[in-house]
Amino acid sequence: MSEIHVSTKINGDAFEYLCDAEESLLDVLRDRLGLTGTKEGCGTGDCGACSITLDGRLVCSCLVLGAEAEGREIETIEGMADGDDLHVLQKKFLEHAALQCGVCTPGFLIAAKSLLEANPDPSETEVRYWLAGNLCRCTGYDKIVRAVLDAATEMRKA
Amino acid sequence: MVKVVLWGSLKHAADGQTEVDLEAENVREALDALAARFPKLKPLLDRGVSVAIDGVFYRDAWFAPIRPDSEVYILPRLAGG
Amino acid sequence: MTELHQQGAKRTFKLVGTRPLRPDGIDKVTGRARFGADMDAPGMLHGLVLRSPHAHARIKRIDVSKAERLAGVKAVVTRDDFKLPADSALADICRNVMAREKALYDGHAVAAVAAVSKAVARKALQLIKIDYEILPNVTDVDAAMKPGAPILHETLRTEGVEPKPRKASNVARRHEFGHGDVAKGMAQADIVIERSFKTAATHQGYIEPHACLASVGPDGRGDLWVCTQGHFMVRNTCAGLLGMDASQLRVTASEIGGGFGGKTTVFIEPVALALSRKAGRPVKMVMSRNEVFRATGPTSSSSIDVKIGIKKNGRITAAQAELRYQGGAFPGSPVEFGAMTAFACYDLENVHTVGYDVVTNRPKQAAYRAPGAPMVAHAVESVIDELAKKIGMDPLDFRLLNASKEGTKSSFGPTYGPIGLRATLEEAKRHPHHTAPLGPNQGRGVACGFWFNFGGDTCVSLNINVDGTVGLSVGTPDIGGSRASMSLMAAEELGIPYEKVRTIVADTASLGYNDVTDGSRVTFAAGMATIKAARDATTKLCARAAKVWGIPAEAVVWENGHAKPAGPNAGNFAPMSLAEIAAVASSTGGPIAGHYEVNADGAGVSFATHMVDLEVDPDTGKVTVLRYTVFQDAGKAVHPSYVEGQYQGGAAQGIGWAINEEYIYGADGRLQNAGFLDYRIPVASDLPMIDTVILEIPNPGHPYGVRGVGETSIVPPLAAMANAVSAAAGTRLTELPMSPPRVLKAIMENGRGA
Repeated sequence: MSEIHVSTKINGDAFEYLCDAEESLLDVLRDRLGLTGTKEGCGTGDCGACSITLDGRLVCSCLVLGAEAEGREIETIEGMADGDDLHVLQKKFLEHAALQCGVCTPGFLIAAKSLLEANPDPSETEVRYWLAGNLCRCTGYDKIVRAVLDAATEMRKA
Repeated sequence: MVKVVLWGSLKHAADGQTEVDLEAENVREALDALAARFPKLKPLLDRGVSVAIDGVFYRDAWFAPIRPDSEVYILPRLAGG
Repeated sequence: MTELHQQGAKRTFKLVGTRPLRPDGIDKVTGRARFGADMDAPGMLHGLVLRSPHAHARIKRIDVSKAERLAGVKAVVTRDDFKLPADSALADICRNVMAREKALYDGHAVAAVAAVSKAVARKALQLIKIDYEILPNVTDVDAAMKPGAPILHETLRTEGVEPKPRKASNVARRHEFGHGDVAKGMAQADIVIERSFKTAATHQGYIEPHACLASVGPDGRGDLWVCTQGHFMVRNTCAGLLGMDASQLRVTASEIGGGFGGKTTVFIEPVALALSRKAGRPVKMVMSRNEVFRATGPTSSSSIDVKIGIKKNGRITAAQAELRYQGGAFPGSPVEFGAMTAFACYDLENVHTVGYDVVTNRPKQAAYRAPGAPMVAHAVESVIDELAKKIGMDPLDFRLLNASKEGTKSSFGPTYGPIGLRATLEEAKRHPHHTAPLGPNQGRGVACGFWFNFGGDTCVSLNINVDGTVGLSVGTPDIGGSRASMSLMAAEELGIPYEKVRTIVADTASLGYNDVTDGSRVTFAAGMATIKAARDATTKLCARAAKVWGIPAEAVVWENGHAKPAGPNAGNFAPMSLAEIAAVASSTGGPIAGHYEVNADGAGVSFATHMVDLEVDPDTGKVTVLRYTVFQDAGKAVHPSYVEGQYQGGAAQGIGWAINEEYIYGADGRLQNAGFLDYRIPVASDLPMIDTVILEIPNPGHPYGVRGVGETSIVPPLAAMANAVSAAAGTRLTELPMSPPRVLKAIMENGRGA
């Protein structure tokens, strides 16, 4: 079975790659393109550690085929900071100690960014339900929710 | 002479005793004395134990000192997660 | 949200107790940090494991010939590639890592391949032919103890019973603890309550699956990159299983995506090394989530009987418990810790606990925070709750009346020194949560918990750089933010800004042996080593300044980051900063470093009280947690944000264990819910904010008074939740998890709806 040629845009840069038909976009990002910031926690769309945005839509990259990225725009955690300028969400996660082991953090940041684009002034409940697709085992979510609410406040001021 | 207390299950290898009087000035001497007096105890001690001296836990500390009035307990080797 | 309550003599700290940003934080929020699966090597192969689909089967024949011949397959390993070690504990690990005569659980590894791609490796697994003779299986702990149960190990005889049994059994060991005369104590009681409880097996649920990259060269030397809680343990265990010298294997700890005890042993690492050795190329292995559930180390499930007698005034006269834990296919469940901790919170004259360690056709258990303690705390604290209700006493007052304190003879033997249990109970009583009003179908539960904490082998090396910055190398993987705490302690001792210290986790070739990151020991033991290494460095820094000034070394002291003459008689020299001394180190004798190697003792024990309000839906049995407060003694909170994080994380795991999580087995012994969809851990919408009250009763065994905090927070939540659900539902629940079907059934049969 021959490989499929894909042209796509990731974090604003043009990328080309070959992939097998059954390969997930997560596998492509991590194993073929060296973008290991996006994590695999389950491979079945239950944990959110592989969260990315595809044409602006929050998705689990383990549920997207590598071939489906053709002609689309992808954003991963590697594109969140602007050079060495961290995104407000990244800064707030650090300030609030919203990470312990940090493996779920990229997924949460992508998901939270997506939330604040859709709803710049979410309530605590709205934050919790939007992030219900991202599993964290270390923090109990308290500091994550606080960091997102604080980032929302700061982003609204800007 | 110091009194050493063995946790309950060890008594089967110590002729039914849980409190034993020994000559020992540190943990190594205490464990050696126990093994000498109760040969059936030796393999269980060799597997690894924790020793509590006056409420402080020691794992593998041969030379932790034991005084005559110390409270000494031989307990299962502590592990955590 | 968080309060800090200190007792005893206080040292004023400049940095310890503040909340700076953690040094590894930027890499983790940008995706730069490298976890177990994030490493590659040139020429790398992919390894996959073939796992038994049967819970119990004799492995009669393994035929790998077709797999070996498949194009792209470079190595295949089976039991024939592993020599069984003489040491029985290591032999059990060997058998667990690769099945030998029998497959003992659904998911047990029976063969492994290394191939040029995952796709080829998957094809190769399908070409391996195994002849199984399926045997009857047993997965329930009580069923495994009954006569006639399928026997896992023909050579296993129960230890700790007299006379020595001659028949094979699934009961590996009997443990016993206690003092006094329980029969007499029960006879003296006015009220006696006896109950039985069950808890299900749960998984630590770390989001990062096990992963490693192994590379063994033709000279037999190996390198291993792995996510683990203990890379020195991995080195020693793998070297032992592969017949290598420990010094020939260098293990580097990656960042770790959660462990909680589940990564304190090995699963795929020896297999990856064996494959690499055979193939002559690096081999990367990453477990799938399905494999993590089926074939790593969940906790024990338990069956526990508790009996407690009290006087009418609430004073306990006697307490006893029988614990039955299954630890999977090999002996070693933490039932002895359960038996030791069962009544640790209570000051008792008559107490007796017995624990049975049972094997079943399930994966070999591994530690999960405070191993063995949460299950029995659930049972004991439930009965305590019932007794308090029976005499109409506030549950906190009941516990205060009977609580262990300094001088109490613990239920496992030794006498307690200064401890924080009463303080946590008193804080809980004072807290607004205690008297907040409750609505319909709502209930409040409280519970106490205990854990040991310990120290262990720890080495730390501290190097002063020429520019006055400091490099600190520790050997304990950072699972909770410990690098920030180590940097704080080093900066505090040296008197320099926190930003000048960089802490890394060094590989096994760079430091002496370090015990695993477990037992809540890192801030305590590695912290103690860091403080002592820093003091070693300041002694040397003073000696250098003394040389420069031409005065004796004893005449120089270290203060506020500077070497100063000890007094006016020593001489009138301007203080030299660390940076100034470092700049001339080469000319004054060479590079300056401090180090400390210790088997740390003196870790204090740790107590906590938890309080929870929740609501039960009488139509569906769903439990909604409304409010949760943790009261726990930290001795000294070095970085309060990360102490809070431990309290909150442990509470969340305990909540999941109490109402959602369980391993579900079919009659065929196969795990039915090996994924995050059906093994339901708490999500953000399940929980409220988790409030924390940090108490500080200093531990005399640590220079700053630190007590371990990582594990104790998982001990009370199961019971606190059970007490709250029972209050809300109007009937006592005794089986975990209290999932909606169970709660609904209890309500309909006995509770408010009945």
